[in-house]
This record gives sequence, C-alpha cells and structure tokens, in this order.
Amino acid sequence: MDYLSKLENQSIYIMREAFNKFENLAMLWSIGKDSTVLLWLARKAFFGHVPFPLVHVDTTFKIPSMIEYRDRIVKEWNLQLVVGMNEAQLKSGVTFPAGRATRVECCGTLKKDALRQVLDKHHYTGVIVGVRRDEEPTRAKERYFSPRDKNMEWNVEDQPPELWDQFKTDFDKDTHIRIHPLLHWTELNIWEYIQREKMPIIPLYYANEKGERYRSLGCYPCTGSIKSKASNVAEIIAELRNTRVPERSGRAQDKESEDAFEKLRRDGYM
Amino acid sequence: MHTTSIPSEQLKIVIVGHVDHGKSTFVGRLFNDTGSLPEGKLEQLQKVAERRGVPFEWANLMDALQSERDQNITIDTSQIWFHTQKRQYVIIDAPGHKEFLKNMITGAANAEAALLLIDANEGVQENSRRHGYLLNLLGIRQIAVLVNKMDLENYSEERFQSIEKEYRIWLKSIGVEPKLFIPIAAKHGDNIASRSANMPWYKGATVLETLDEFKVTDLPLNQPLRFPIQDIYRFDDRRILAGRVEAGSIKVGDRLVFAPTNKSSTVKTIERWSAPSSESAWAGESIGITLTEQIFVERGAVAALETAPPYELTRFKARLFWLGKQPLRMGRPYKLKLATQEAECFVESIETIIDASTLNTVDRPGPDRHVARHEVGELTIRSKRPIAFDAHNEIVVTGRFVIVDGFEVSGGGIVVADNYPRRAADSADLGKNLYSSEGKISAQQRADRNGHQGRVIWLTGLSGSGKSTLARELERELFIQGKHAYVLDGDNIRQGLCKDLGFSHADRSENIRRVGEVSRLMADAGLICITAFVSPYRSDRELVRNLMKPGEFLEVHVDAPLKVCELRDPKGLYAKARANEIPDFTGISAPYEPPLHAEVVVRTDQLSVQESISKILEYLHMQDDDAPIFI
Repeated sequence: MDYLSKLENQSIYIMREAFNKFENLAMLWSIGKDSTVLLWLARKAFFGHVPFPLVHVDTTFKIPSMIEYRDRIVKEWNLQLVVGMNEAQLKSGVTFPAGRATRVECCGTLKKDALRQVLDKHHYTGVIVGVRRDEEPTRAKERYFSPRDKNMEWNVEDQPPELWDQFKTDFDKDTHIRIHPLLHWTELNIWEYIQREKMPIIPLYYANEKGERYRSLGCYPCTGSIKSKASNVAEIIAELRNTRVPERSGRAQDKESEDAFEKLRRDGYM
Repeated sequence: MHTTSIPSEQLKIVIVGHVDHGKSTFVGRLFNDTGSLPEGKLEQLQKVAERRGVPFEWANLMDALQSERDQNITIDTSQIWFHTQKRQYVIIDAPGHKEFLKNMITGAANAEAALLLIDANEGVQENSRRHGYLLNLLGIRQIAVLVNKMDLENYSEERFQSIEKEYRIWLKSIGVEPKLFIPIAAKHGDNIASRSANMPWYKGATVLETLDEFKVTDLPLNQPLRFPIQDIYRFDDRRILAGRVEAGSIKVGDRLVFAPTNKSSTVKTIERWSAPSSESAWAGESIGITLTEQIFVERGAVAALETAPPYELTRFKARLFWLGKQPLRMGRPYKLKLATQEAECFVESIETIIDASTLNTVDRPGPDRHVARHEVGELTIRSKRPIAFDAHNEIVVTGRFVIVDGFEVSGGGIVVADNYPRRAADSADLGKNLYSSEGKISAQQRADRNGHQGRVIWLTGLSGSGKSTLARELERELFIQGKHAYVLDGDNIRQGLCKDLGFSHADRSENIRRVGEVSRLMADAGLICITAFVSPYRSDRELVRNLMKPGEFLEVHVDAPLKVCELRDPKGLYAKARANEIPDFTGISAPYEPPLHAEVVVRTDQLSVQESISKILEYLHMQDDDAPIFI
C-alpha cells in the first residue's frame, strides 16, 4: 500500500471511531487546505455523507473570498454549517491591529474564546480538528484523541497513553475531546493527496499575478503571503519539496514570544 | 542531503533509552547533519539560548514545551520528519524518564524500528533495560543500540565493548537480537551522518546507513481475514458495515462468520466513496461492506471466513504492562478493549509479576497481590461476555488489547498462546467459559452485574406467524451475547401453571394475565423474558403492559397474513379449525386484534428469521442511547 493510502486509511479509521464514540460531535472547518482535506476524508469515511455539523470560527477578519468559498461548498456538498463568533469582543473593538490588543490576545478572544462559546452553546463533547504534528512543535506532541478539561485547557504534561489505535474515549463530564485525524500528515502529504484525489481547494493557495501566494490561511492582519510562482497543485508540490521555510512562517502571532503558541494551545487554541 | 525527489517509502523510528542519555540531542544533531532543519530554526534557538544566558542545546530542537526547555528533559513524545535518498523517516523522540513511561509507550507503539541510546559514561541503566523489554513486548523487532557520549570516555573502544557485552546479555535474556551497536558522540555528530575520525577502530555502519537498512513492516496480507466492525451506517438505502481490514483480504461472495455471535452471511458489495470500485479489499484498508442476508451485527463483531475463525471465549492468558496510577488488582472491574470490542473484565489470577528493568519476579503473595505501575504481569483475564481474539503470535491486531480503569487507558497487553478451545470443536467448551453471575441483592445491582436490565419482549401474532421460532432464536442470540434470557410459551405454561384453562375468551384473558404476572416477576429478577403467545386481545396486552415499569415492556407484532399462516399450519391446527374441530380459533372463528402501537413489527412473510431477529435487536440497541436498559 502506498503511503498516501496508509495515511488516508488511518484518518478514516480515527474519524469513524470518533463518530461512534461521541453523541455530540462536530468538526472544525477553517476553509484552509487541511480541514478541507479532513472534510473530504469524512465523505470517504461515511460514504459520501458528512454526518455531523461543521463549525467555522469566524473572526470577521478572514480573507473575504474564504467566506464566499465556504458558502459555495456548503451548498454544493450539502453540509450543515455552524458559525462561531465572539460578538461581544468584536463589539468592544479590542482587536488587532485597530483596537488595543496584541496579536496573541486577539487570537485568544476571536478564535479561542469564540470556539469555546460555540462548543458550550451546542454542548459538543467531541470536536474533530485538522491539526498536524509537523506544523509546529507543540502540535508534534498531540494525541489523536486529546482531552480538554472544563476550562478547555490542555494538560500537556499528563496526556493519555495512546497505543494500537485504542484511543481515550472514556471521559468525565464537563470535559471534551479534540480528535486529530490528520496528526500524522505533513504539509507535503496534504498537497500530494489533494492532487491524487483531484479535490477542490480554495484558490488563495495559488500564486497571483504579483507572484505571491498564501501557504497558510488565517486572518488578513496576521497572515502574510509568500513569494511564489506556483499556480497549481503540481507546482506547489514541487515548491514544497525544495523549501526549508517553515509553513507557519507567514503567521505573525506565533512570533510574539518564545512560547506564544504553546500558551495559546494550552488554553484551548486549535 | 536535500534532494528534489522525496522517496515515497516511509519508516517510523522511535528513539528510546534512559533519561539524560542524549536522545533529544541525538535527534537534533541528526536533523542538522542531514540538512533537515527548517530555515532559521538553528539561529532562532541559538538566539533564545543567548538571551536566556544558557548554553545552546541540540535537544531544544525537539523539546518544544517551555517546561521541557526549563528542565532539560523530554516530557512527551514528539514526532518529526526527515528523509534520506532511500526513504522518508518519521522520528519519534520518546522521553527517558520513568515518570513518563506512558508517553514512551505511546511513541514506541507506533514505530517499526528503534534506536536505543546508552550513555557511555553512565552505562546500562534501569530504563535502558526496561525500554528494551517494552520494545520487545510492543512487537518491535528491529533495534540498533547507540552507545552515546563516547567523547566523555575518550572514544575508548574498550569502554564501548564492555557496554555492548553487558547489554547484549540483557537483550538475549529477553529474546532480542539487536541489529548492531554503534559508538557515537551525538553532540559532535560522530558516526551519525558521517564516519567518526575519533573512532577509527569502529568499522561498522553509521547511524544513517543503519536506518536505511531497516525494513518497512509488511501488512498482514496473507493471514486469515479479520475485519472488526467499527460501526453500522444507514445514511441512505444501504446498510453498510464499516471497518478496517486488519488481516488478510475480503471479497464479494465470501461467506463470513461474525464472531463472537456466530452469525453468518455473504459479502454482497465492498463499499468505498470516490475511489476505484473493486470487488475485494486487503489488510490496511478502511472500507465498508453490505451483506446479502441482513443479520444482526453490531460494533465489536469480528468478521472472519468460516474456515478460519478467531477464538470466542470469556477467558484468556495475557502478558500485560501496567501504567495506571492505581495498581491492577484481581476481582476489580475493568474495561477491556480489543480491536473494536469492549467488555467488562476481571483479572482472575496473577501468575507472575515482573520488574521489567531487572526481569526479577516480584514476590507479592496473599490478598495484596497486584501489578504495580510500570510492572509487567502474566495473568488470566476473564470477560463478562465472549470476546473474539487470536494469540498475539498468530494474528497481531486481534491478539493485543488495552485495559481501561475508570476513564484512563491504564495498561496494554498481548494474548499469550495457550490451548484455547475452538468454537467448532465443542459447543460445551463455550458454555464452560461463559461467565455466570451470582449474588442476589437489589434490582440495580443485579442489572449492573448482568450488564442489562430485566425486561419483557412480548411476541404477539396469529398461530403459525413464527412467534415460537423467533422466541427460541432470540433467546439463543441473547444467551450468546452473555445476557440472561428465558422463553415462556404454550409448551411450558399451558401444561403447568395454566393447565386449568381452556380457550374461551375469559380463559384466554386469564391465561395472558398469568403469563403477564410471571413475566413481570422474571423481569424484576433481572431476566429478559420472551413470551410467545397469540394473545389476540388488545386489552389483555395493555393490561400486561401496565404491570411493567415504563420502557420495560416491548411489544413485537409477529405479522404474517392469515393465508400464509394457514399455509404453514405447522401443527395442523388451521385444518382442524376449518373443519370445525377446534372452536374459537383465532383468525378463523375468533378475532385477532393487531397492536396499534407495537414497538416492533416483523413481517415474517417478508423477512427471514435472522432479519426478523436483527430488527428486534436493533430496536433494543436504539433505545439503549436514551436509557441504558439494554447494554
């Protein structure tokens, strides 16, 4: 079996475990390449259906074409979409860069707190998230089934053992589990899979006429594009095979302090 | 080292060894020396070290958590990627501190090969031995030993050889044959990507060359089929049994047996979405199947070919390592998870307790006998209902399991080969190994013990509609599932308890009232009572329903047209009724009032016995989501 098929089969297995074990399950969809691959894998796992809602945490600072793309796919694929938004914070105006908030504070309220609000509101006990180990070092330490306590905190020093595809599926009430079916994929794998499956992907990843493209999608104040001539999937794959620049290099919020991202994740960030 | 074409083969390697023997340093150096570090990473870490006023450590590349950098230890396992000309590697950096053994196991359980580091200065330590033992238990057979920090020992060949000699003896005692021993100095890169000028006496392979010599684990394509059912989906008009083929292969037309329930059916289709259609699937594939005959199958069942089924028993021997904060004790209830099966289990006996760092037997007899955290136990496990399994040395995936204590996965084990009886050999063996409950306290305690609450499954329908057949089959099915079921029908009621009654309207009502009372008592005693009586009058059945607690009474209309029943006429009663030899015969000369709100209706003229049974069982399981009446 080729390695992309191995990755795919493992992810499907994990997603089916999650669907069986959690009565109130949702999947985060950021419109980006990873969670769109995740969505594709869900359709594989459930034979063309997506039997749980997709949650999009909208900061209102997303690149506008992302929202258009989102709404089109929702319609075409007959998806159930739940949008999470920290409306109080947006109203207060304490955001980055216009209001007085650092990048990390802004992520904390508009993404992390918004996520928490939407999880609380719908009582989701299982949340499927498309993070990967190779994205950044704290994600490298994640589990496929990763518990969060009632304050949404990640106790990274005491994670459950995970062996032989037996996951943590027994948990106390007031806790929820993050399920990470793409944990073992790399950025390159994602693109190779998009190519193999001929699956649609938001065009923001392709280079524009100015010779720039996004490698990782987020909010426009904190997401930079990279110089690139890659205008299709095959060219992106060729580019990634020759780069040593990390994927999140365009994400400014990671760089505010040495452990900025670790702190965000401990508190419940994706 | 950085090539434009990344090879498609991938191998997972775990790095293990005692705390502070240099695992993370080694990984950092390996990445640097193979040109695999992301741009700017080295400079960033050097800057951070400078700002914090601490010396730069290669280990900081891997130790991502602030607490790890502060203490200079790896707390949790981490994975990173790099590649050689030959293949891609996933490097799993596992912690060496005993406190984080569960993280080491998490990392190692995913690996196909291992590098075990030993500090040349400190020599073989407790976790050098324990990790070696656990790698073997986890099934990792490809191991190379790196004797690190040779710089601290002046690159002494003698020191290297003495460590090799000592550790080889240990590995041999646990049945491990290492690939080779390599002297390295991770901090300086000796013998990692390139040959060390400091150790000209070493003629063997470098670490990188050794990695490329390891082999990718083959999928068990040629073993007997094992297809554990993960779930059953009815998203559209298909009823799909979803799962991953764990061993062997499966194809359309295969006659399958589903262990441990012993139901059989045939593969109708192999289901995939947005993939080339194919009439077969092989080990490693997550697929779905549909069946020609709709039988009752639930998550946990293991589909196999009838010619090579797994064992189906309630006890097996195991070797298990324990990670739980609370010790593993005999008689305590735990949850067993094996493939997709889950069952309550007990440790029946602990034969041997082993300290995995010395192989010494722990002497702990008497009532306090237990397996403590980080120890290994050889023991016998007993489950409350039959489990389908294989011996680990025959089929790996169905030969290993985890134990859950409360909410936590607390131990992992393998099924040790033994003289287990096969299902086909003798059904008496199955009976002998079934768990039988004892004790008589309260209804709830009884339900906890039984794994289900008491209830009444009331089959009603015309004579010849199939009530008795379904009742007997349902009883057998529930019994196999480890549940306590009993059938009441004309055979055991009319001849005893109700032999004073005839078939007039009044006598029929009295008959049903008595059966209702008896079934209520049985349900109260925790049994699943199945009744098979025509019970033609709606009011009689309502009366019985009202005796029960809500949800306890399940009315099943066994429905077949009169014409069909009359054609079947198993006891020749219709013929007699038509000839006026039997008065007041339901359907002919007495009315049948069909239920208006039966929980389940089975059309026995349209469904097979198995399909009818599965419809009833599925109803019970659906109810299960709301209230755990039926587990």
